[in-house]
Order: sequence, then C-alpha cells, then structure tokens
Amino acid sequence: MVTVSAQKPSGEGPGEAQASQPFPVMPGEPAPLLFMRGIAKSFPGVRALDGVDLALYPGQVTALIGENGAGKSTLVKTLTGIYQPDEGQILLEGEAVTFDGAEDAMRRGITAIHQETVLFDELTVAENIFMGQQPRTRWGFVDWKLMRERTREIFARLETDIHPDTRLRDLGIARKHLVAIARALSVDAKIVIMDEPTASLSHKEVEELYAIVDTLKAEGKAILFISHKFEEVFRVADRYTVFRDGKSVGFGLMANADTNHLIRLMVGRTVDQVFPKIETEPGEAVLAVEGLCHPTEFADISFTLRKGEILGFYGLVGAGRSEVMQALFGITATSSGSVTLGGQPYRCTHPREALEAGLVYVPEERGRQGVVLQLPVFENIALPSLGRISHSGFVRMAEQFDLARGYARRLQLKAHSLSQEVGTLSGGNQQKVVIGKWLAMGPRVIILDEPTKGVDVGSKAAIHGFMSELAAQGLSVIMVSSEIPEILGMSDRVMVMREGRIVGAFERGGLDAETLVRAATGNEGAASTSGTASQEQAHAAPHP
Amino acid sequence: MQPLIRNREFLLALVVIALIALIGLRAPEFVTPGNLAQVFTDTSILMMLALGQMAVIMTRCIDLSVAANLALSGMVVAMVNAANPAIPMPVLLLLTLVVGGALGVVNGLLVWRVGIPSIVVTLGTLSIYRGTIFLLSGGAWINAHQMSPAFIGLPRVEFLGLPLLAWTAIVIVLLVAAAIAWTRLGRAFYAVGGNPTAAVYAGLDVGRTQFAAYVMSGLLAGLCGYLWVSRYAVAYVDIAGGFELDVIAACVIGGVSIAGGIGTVGGAVLGALFLGITKNALPVIGVSPFWQMAISGGVIIAAVIINARSGRRRGRLILREAQAQS
Repeated sequence: MVTVSAQKPSGEGPGEAQASQPFPVMPGEPAPLLFMRGIAKSFPGVRALDGVDLALYPGQVTALIGENGAGKSTLVKTLTGIYQPDEGQILLEGEAVTFDGAEDAMRRGITAIHQETVLFDELTVAENIFMGQQPRTRWGFVDWKLMRERTREIFARLETDIHPDTRLRDLGIARKHLVAIARALSVDAKIVIMDEPTASLSHKEVEELYAIVDTLKAEGKAILFISHKFEEVFRVADRYTVFRDGKSVGFGLMANADTNHLIRLMVGRTVDQVFPKIETEPGEAVLAVEGLCHPTEFADISFTLRKGEILGFYGLVGAGRSEVMQALFGITATSSGSVTLGGQPYRCTHPREALEAGLVYVPEERGRQGVVLQLPVFENIALPSLGRISHSGFVRMAEQFDLARGYARRLQLKAHSLSQEVGTLSGGNQQKVVIGKWLAMGPRVIILDEPTKGVDVGSKAAIHGFMSELAAQGLSVIMVSSEIPEILGMSDRVMVMREGRIVGAFERGGLDAETLVRAATGNEGAASTSGTASQEQAHAAPHP
Repeated sequence: MQPLIRNREFLLALVVIALIALIGLRAPEFVTPGNLAQVFTDTSILMMLALGQMAVIMTRCIDLSVAANLALSGMVVAMVNAANPAIPMPVLLLLTLVVGGALGVVNGLLVWRVGIPSIVVTLGTLSIYRGTIFLLSGGAWINAHQMSPAFIGLPRVEFLGLPLLAWTAIVIVLLVAAAIAWTRLGRAFYAVGGNPTAAVYAGLDVGRTQFAAYVMSGLLAGLCGYLWVSRYAVAYVDIAGGFELDVIAACVIGGVSIAGGIGTVGGAVLGALFLGITKNALPVIGVSPFWQMAISGGVIIAAVIINARSGRRRGRLILREAQAQS
C-alpha cells in the first residue's frame, strides 16, 4: 500500500487566512456588485458546490480558477439562473435575489458566454444573438431589419465581419464562439461571465477579446473570467478566486499572486488519500503506438504500454485523450500511424477486432455506452462473452451466472442478487458491472476512461483496488483521468496531453501535481520544473 | 446566400412540377387549370393540418391526435347545426375553433405540465377523442339533409374561380408563414427543437413553446373539422380515420425534420401538394391505389435520407483549434 500525500495547501497565501469570513469590504475598496455567499448545489451522488463564496466588483475582472470538476461551471449555471442553489445567498447590489430561470437572470443584467456551444446551428447569426429577446416593431412582430443592424453594430465592436444572415452551421468553431460573445454583448448587462472565452480563438482574436474586456471594464461592468490559462488570467484579471472540490479555497488581488501560489491552491489536498497501489515490475511492451494521427482531433501520438503497468493519461477536458482511446478501440478512424499489440501489428478499424485482439475500452458515459440498465447484473457481465460460452447458439444461464459470480466477488459488487437490474444499483456499482463485463473477456489491455467519475468514495476505493490487483496479475491498464490524486496514486507512468498532442511523459518517482498541471495547461516555463521526464518525452511533439 | 440547388423547397417544387408534367404526358386533361384548382382545393385541409403538425414536430413533439381532433370538432358543430339550424355560421366557426383549440390545450398540458412523451400523450388522446365522438353521437351519422344549406354551402362559395375552402387554405398558409417568420413564438419553435439546452440558456421556456405548438395544431384541426364535415356533408365517428399519417407524411416529405428544429411553411405546403397530386392523379392514369401508398412511402424514406445527409455532424476539431491559437 502506498500513500500519496499531495501538497497540503500552504496556507500562507493572502487569501486563505480570510477564507472563512467572506469578503470583508476593505477601506478604500469598492463594494461588490454581486456577492454570492455559502452557495451549495448537489446532484444525485455529487456535491458540486459546497458552500462557495464569490464577489464581483464593478469595473474589475475576477478570475475563477480551478481544476476540472471543481465546480466552476455549476457556479456559472447558478449565477445565470439555469440551476437554483440548494443553499446560500446571492446579493445583487446589496439586495438578496433569486433567479427564476435564464431569462430572469438576463433581465437583472447578468449575461454569460458559455463554455458549451449553446447556440442554434440551423438559425442565422443574427437570430442566434437575439433569440428570446428579438427587437420588435410597434405591432409586436420581430424586427428583422433592426436585428440585422444591431448585429452589424456588435460585430463592428468586435471588429469582425460575420454577415448577420449566415447560417451558424456554416461557421467554424472560432467564429461560432464570436457569435456567443456577441450574444452576451447584445444585452446591456451589469455582469458579464466569460466561461473559457478564449478556448477556441486564434491569437489575434484573443487579443481582440482582451480589448473588449478592457472596454467592458471601462464601462463599469463586473466580469467573471474563467480560464485554465494562467498567462491569460494574469493579463486580464484584477482579482482571483480559486475553487477546489466545490469549495472556495482562496481569493485575493492578482497583484499579490503568482502562478505557483495559484497552482498550489488549485491542486492542494487537505485530506491524504490512500491508494491501494501494488508496486510491480512492468514486463515487456504489450501495446506500442507509433505516430498515431487523426485529421482533426490528435497528432503524433506515440507511447508504449508494458505488461502489468498502469499508464495514466492526464490532461484537461477536451485535450483529445478520449479521442485517442476511441481510435485505439476502432471507433474513430485514424489517418496514419502504427500500432503493435502483443508483438502483432494491430489495425484498429472496428471494435470487434479490438475485442478479438484483447483490447477493451470502458467508456466514460457508462449509462449510454457501458451497461444495459434494464438487464440483470449477470446478463450484463456475460453479454460480451456470449460467443464464448454459448453452445450451438444456445446460452446456458448457469454458465452466465458462474462467469458473473466470479467477477462480482472480485469487484466487491454490492447487489442483492445477480438477478438485480443494473439500473437499480448505485453509480459505483454500475461501474463495477461495466468493468467486470469487459474483464470477463480476458483482455490483455484494458482502457478505463474516467473510471471513477461521479462514483461514491467506497466504490472508488474498490475500483482502485481491483485495478491494482489486475495490473499485478499482468493485465496492462490505460487509465484516462482528470483527477490528479488518482493519476498520482495509481499510475506507474503518466502521459500528459494538451491540444491533441502528448506534451509530457513522467515516471512515477519524479511526479507531483504541479508538474502535471503545468504540462497540461502549457505553463512549464513558469517555475522550476521538478518533473523527471522519461526518455519518451523526446517523442513528445513540440508545442508552441 | 445559399445556392438554389441546395435549397430543399426549391428541389421539392421542381419535383412537384416534374410530377405534374409527367402526369400530363399520360393524361393531358389532368393539367388543365380547372383540374389543378380542383386538386388544390382537395389538398387544402391536408395543407392546413400539415402546418399545425409542422409546428409541433419542430419542437420535437408529434401530434397523432389531429385527425381525431378534426373529427370530434366536426361532429360537435354538425350536431349543433342539426339541432338548431338557426345558429349563425360565425358562431359555429368560433365553436369549432374553441373545441379544436381546447383539445390542443389538453395535449399541450399533458406534454408540458405532466411531462409525458408526446407520442404517448397523443396516442392516448387520439383514442379518447374518437371515443368521445361515439359518446356524443351514440354512433349515429349526421347526414347532409340534417345540415343547414349555409353550413354545407359556405366552403363552396366561389371567389375568383376558387372555392372558399381553397381561399381559407391560402389565407392560413400566409398567416402561419407570417407568424413563423415574424413572431418570437415562431422563432422559438426553431430554437426549442434545434437545441433545447441552448433554448433554456436563451431564456426560452421549452415546455410552454411546445404547448403553444399543440394549441396551434388544435386550432387548425378544429377549423378543418368544420371544413371536412361540410365538404363531405357527413359526420360520423370514423371520418378522417388515419388521416394523421398523411399529415405527418406531408411534413416529412416537405423537409420537416422529425428530430425537430428544421422545417419551413413552403416545405410543408409542397409536401401536402405532392401527396394531394399523387392521390388525385394516379387513378387518372390508371395506377392502382396500392401503388399510390407504396409511392408515398418511398418518397417519405427518400426525403428522410436526403435530409439526413445534409445534416452530418463534425467532430470536436481539437487540432484545428490548437493550430488556430498558435
């Protein structure tokens, strides 16, 4: 058993000392325009926000920083009226408010550039910008002329020349994003939320966005700026708030902060987590990937996976990790590159071939891709193995049960009986069924995509234990995970991906959370790097 | 500007014209202005119902109860007219709209407030509405001689060479086209069906928009209830039985996406005309009615394939975005 103790939060930052007493107004400081206090929001099985505080000041940019799953997006949805908080208070200009839906929040002057592309592909650009708030003529009809005019005005402010009548689906992603920004600017808002606004913009467009941010600041708007990129945060923000695991863990003025401090706040863990990692000596290479490319999603993916090894894949959401795994499993076609599996050339063109070659993939969305919720546990586990255990086309239930019983025991599945419908199990136990079903195939390589996402603590530990045990028995595991403790605690080696490329490869020994975050966000240069890169980093594609 | 050739309505219009020309080769008498006007009049009811159905389908729902709604509304006005011929026509028209609208409200509330899937709701109300006709009429027919001359005559009044029935359809088409193009509700139909998540973010109420679509479909079904009963001069339990399938077919042929968010008034009208022409023309050129069903079936599938091909989705384009940034 190995204990990973990620850094404890250092505690001497300017923010933490005050974190318990929410945002006292300092003498000489402006009063916050918006003040959220003790906001909590739970979903079945997850407490997404656990009493967070946030203040936004007029004419200032507040950066909201946090790892994937820290609760940033949930907060944005709470602030824009999509979600109603379970607990806590929102004070707008000193007055307690509740937002009854998105329209209500918009009416009160809160507008957001959302991270997801929540736009309408089939409609024109002008309609996308004004949907739900179209200008109307005296007779109550939609005023298309005025709508086009105002669209042109907004794009003029953005210094772009998208035609108002262009259909949205004919635009590239970057220009779609500009439409989202234009939509937010079409409202005369007091508060503008930017949820990763530069995620798909080119360098020039990012500079233009900064100019817009400056204009909005000068107009006295309060801006909430969410970003993974530290250089960006330092460029635009006046203040910061850091979220971790649904809690606000620090805030302060950017002038008093540095990258190291912010990263420590982001990844610091207060509780030491124990991972049941069994130390093994990895054997010969089982899977060797060489220069795997996809026209649009990833490029130059090279790595080897050895027998009995757990290889972690870390990166931000959207870095292309799942796309690579889906390509290996034969769901997405690749354009070039070679893969060797167990010494044999392996062409990943169809999941059936992957299964025959002994490679299984456990996808992230288990509900949609992993289990048949209406079928009992034993049938789910036996499903992929039916070909092996059937006799002249007939399946013996007893053999299905035998197969299922063994894996249920090894996975410590908590179910009344093997005949229980999978849909009635908890999320963690459903995940165990998914993993068990693929293990029953007797694979050589198993790819687990976010295996413990949205899973309760107990099941998490069981899945980790099982994963470790399997590796010790000689199975090779690829674990895609966005959770740093899990990556640190379970992996023998870690590959880090960013923007469709592998940007770092690290051995277990020389690994810490900050190194991973730096690599994943492209901030290696920001501080002394302590990560011991293996020779494989030579394969890693150069990055800008 | 989209090239005309990629425009679905334009293509469909070409197909309809080609169809008429083809029939004209075999049966020139079909292509006379008088006969074409007759075909248009025959298709009027289908056209109006298709517009209501289009609104419903665009919001990712379906209204299987249109024909039953039509039959019930028609039966109610026919019975009232038979019981008291003195009641003036405007009152009866209002009545048919109220009944049809109310039945649409029932569908809409079940979908919006109770949250039952629309196909289940309207499958249920289809039977309920048909059953209600039986309960009201006791299974009896209302025949031509029980209806007042004004009741039967109104849709037949000719104006500029077309009967009032056809003019009603033209006015309704223009009204619906205007409503879809120039009201917030009309635009909301596209938004709610095209991307419900985004619609919520835009501050639209998805359920209320679906409700509005059902009310619109109900009102049109009510109007068509009177028109149908007076045109065929008879009302009984089974009138327009199965007609909801023709209505949905007209929408699908007209390029209305069953997945929601896509559809045009022009498309739905052309889809209805296509079905109307095949229905009227095939007997003229001596093709069996069974072939006619197979042809509409084939056209529906062809239309769906063409529409599906134009809507392929692209990936996440991670690399392209990354390149764009550097």
